[in-house]
Amino acid sequence: MLLEVEDLHVEFRTRDGVARVLNGVSYHVSAGETLAVLGESGSGKSVTAQTVMGILDTPPAFVTRGSVRFHGEELLTASAERRRAVRAEGVAMIFQDALSALNPVFTVGFQIEEQLRLRRGLSRAQARARAVELLDLVRIPAARQRVREYPHQFSGGMRQRAMIAMALALDPEVLIADEPTTALDVTVQAQIMDLLAEIQRERRMGLVLITHDLGVVAEVADRIVVMYAGRIVEQADAVSLFRAPGHPYTAALMRSLPRLDQKGAALETIRGLPPSLLRIPSGCPFHPRCPRAQNVCVTRVPPDVPLGPGRTSACHFAEGVLGG
Amino acid sequence: MGRYVLRRLLQMVPVFVGTTFLIYALVWAVPGDPFEGKCGERDCPASYVSMMRERFNLDDPLLLQYWKYLVNLVQGDFGVTSSGVQVIDRIAATFPVTLRLALVALLVEAVIGITAGVVSGLRGQGFLDSLVLVSTLFLISIPVFVTGYVVQLVFGLQLGWIAPTVTTPTFGNLIVPGFVLASLSMAYVARLSRASIAENRRADYVRTALAKGLPTRRIVGVHLLRNSLIPVITFLGTDLGAFLGGAIVTEGIFNVPGVGGLVFRSILTKDGAMVTGVVTVLVLVYLLMTLLVDLLYAVLDPRIRYD
Amino acid sequence: MTDQVASLVTAPERPRGLFGDAWHALRRRPLFWVSVSLILLVLLMAAFPGLFASGDPNAADLSRSRGAPSAAAWFGYDNQGYDIYTRVVHGARASIVVGLLATAGVVLVGATIGMLAGFYGGWLDAIVSRIADVFVGVPFVLGAIVILTTLNAGGDAGPVRIVAQVVLSISVLSWPVAMRIMRSTAIAAKQQDYVKAARALGASPARIIGKHLLPNTVAPVLVYSTIALGAFIGAEATLSYLGIGLRQPVVSWGVMINSAKDYLRVAPHALLFPAGFLTATVLAFVMLGDAVREALDPKLR
Repeated sequence: MLLEVEDLHVEFRTRDGVARVLNGVSYHVSAGETLAVLGESGSGKSVTAQTVMGILDTPPAFVTRGSVRFHGEELLTASAERRRAVRAEGVAMIFQDALSALNPVFTVGFQIEEQLRLRRGLSRAQARARAVELLDLVRIPAARQRVREYPHQFSGGMRQRAMIAMALALDPEVLIADEPTTALDVTVQAQIMDLLAEIQRERRMGLVLITHDLGVVAEVADRIVVMYAGRIVEQADAVSLFRAPGHPYTAALMRSLPRLDQKGAALETIRGLPPSLLRIPSGCPFHPRCPRAQNVCVTRVPPDVPLGPGRTSACHFAEGVLGG
Repeated sequence: MGRYVLRRLLQMVPVFVGTTFLIYALVWAVPGDPFEGKCGERDCPASYVSMMRERFNLDDPLLLQYWKYLVNLVQGDFGVTSSGVQVIDRIAATFPVTLRLALVALLVEAVIGITAGVVSGLRGQGFLDSLVLVSTLFLISIPVFVTGYVVQLVFGLQLGWIAPTVTTPTFGNLIVPGFVLASLSMAYVARLSRASIAENRRADYVRTALAKGLPTRRIVGVHLLRNSLIPVITFLGTDLGAFLGGAIVTEGIFNVPGVGGLVFRSILTKDGAMVTGVVTVLVLVYLLMTLLVDLLYAVLDPRIRYD
Repeated sequence: MTDQVASLVTAPERPRGLFGDAWHALRRRPLFWVSVSLILLVLLMAAFPGLFASGDPNAADLSRSRGAPSAAAWFGYDNQGYDIYTRVVHGARASIVVGLLATAGVVLVGATIGMLAGFYGGWLDAIVSRIADVFVGVPFVLGAIVILTTLNAGGDAGPVRIVAQVVLSISVLSWPVAMRIMRSTAIAAKQQDYVKAARALGASPARIIGKHLLPNTVAPVLVYSTIALGAFIGAEATLSYLGIGLRQPVVSWGVMINSAKDYLRVAPHALLFPAGFLTATVLAFVMLGDAVREALDPKLR
């Protein structure tokens, strides 16, 4: 197994109290596989990714339990040096807003080249040549000129491509993409997703795609985990999840998508608000918003109910949900 | 860029004229006889007074007086004082001393201020951070002349480590006055660097650099510092302009023979030509410094373009 | 993302306004209470000096000239044989009055002009900004010396006129700072969508300024005024120290430092006590401004 996350617990210790941001998150990715992590803001999907990378701000964030393994090697207890070596070479990450994620005062070329020079010992000229190759790879036109430009001189889509090029510089085995297309125009979104999918296929990388957009997930994901309030509420392969959701939250997310065959019908919304992580509801955290909620949902945390090979749902009535 | 500089230079003209006119009017509009006491105990002879009034065009309306002064100024003629000294000579003798003092102060301010600010900004809350915050509060609150006298009293008179007054203005002798002159700005620089570092420390691009697996030394030394110091460096530039014009108190306490002392004495002795001359030079230096700082800003931050 | 979580986490139970929030944050800061107590103490001293020192600040007795601090005279005597403690207490009034009046002048003039320049823009803004540049171009101490020597040339003046001159010169040289703060806040507020909407709906300029722009500018102006008050007290002392600000018969900390500086070597206490009171007062205002700014700016928390 390439990358495994197991029973991860993370809390944020703030002035107003302790927020339990992750409450037992487990997932895994193998080579050549695309795993989509789906959830609303605050569901913990990015925090999980940052824990994997080891770039959480501590304080306020503390990992209290769990395990992150890369090729079976435990990373959470590894030395700082070892963790740094795994970053970008083993697991690389790209971020949502490329404009703020790239350093505004250095050229795009400099930001790609510095890893090659520092970690691969390439000379200035070699690093520059490789940076141009990488920009070509992500289909930035006139790469030879653009390598000398600053991030603000790029368009949104081009910036995201440059960031992908930067993440690919050290040939990582896993790429974590944190909402890579959220900040972009719809047409550009599709181009970036196609590019990511293609690169993933060619290099047989593991891809962890973090998103809140079901539409993005449908096209590229092999498997999907759905997160809510720091827990994984459902995991399944993409085909069966879209055929029939196994958790009321997934079902509600799907009903809130516009559909061509129901044009004109009012879209459904999920009632209520995501819970405050300072005060996660008892029992099933989704119960205050769940149309199927019963007494048991308030009192007992639902176990992961198996719904088939590789498929679970954390709902007391999982079979019922699956049956419609 | 060239067009921008030209536009800025043109904008400076009215400001320059306004400032010099303001000072000119204040200096020459002093009620009473401007030549009182210039001839010892007795009143000046009428012939002398009329000659002086002629030389300084005092019988013309104020605007015409100023116009004549400005025309001479543009031709490089700063005029002659009532005692017959060329104004430009006195400025040329004192300005280098003030410049030297300002540079020493700038160096002190930059080294101590940036170091304190960066260290406390990086460490975050804790003893060091509180120490920097409290000491900068004190430095901001103590008027420069109090700092000057306390330093002079303790290190000059009681401990005898330094000469209480500067006899020859070498760089070494100017370190203590430079320290006093810089004390207030040093605190601002420390606070500015601290805030800037603390703000940028959580920036997305720092997280990216971390995700790239760069060593901490490089993330801080290259990515974080380069961004955080942009506002600090521009502040330092503006400050150099301020030091050149604002060293009256410090120069007075330590007896530094600079422009500040010259202008202070000239004001007290009602030496109008000297005062207007010095102020003209200082305003010019200040205006050029602000332009330089804006250009420097564009050099440091590629996002700024003046077109 | 971390920020998103943080905002979820810190969302308060009951939403409070900006000032309610600030007050909540201020109440818990010890520095805030220290500065407020210091300021109250100095204000009390300025209003009722008799409560703290029963003596006459103008009672000089040359026989006790430069006497060291003792039980009878806590801070000792100065060159003229004045009791330093009594004079320090009585000196608070002039310093505070100059600080308050100068702040009021600077803020009223600067803020009004800045608001109008920011709101109307165009040629009004261009002219006002250039005029502000003229005053900023003059170094503060230099400008104040020139103005005060011109004003002082009239000869002997009473206490009211002396104080008025110092207030005037500080205000004339400092209004551009307040003006620039107000102008940039007004411009920023003007570009908010709700203000654009109000203009599109035909609200009068007076209504837009009063209802939409002013509330936005209160916070920065409040912070500036607090710090400026401290800075102006320091400026008064600097000018008095140079011998051109306040002077006899007015008693102020700057005046005391001015007369003490020439015999610093033999009677340092005559300089150190007024300097200490001066510093503590300026410190209190700067500290208060600092605390208020931090409380009002959620980014800093």
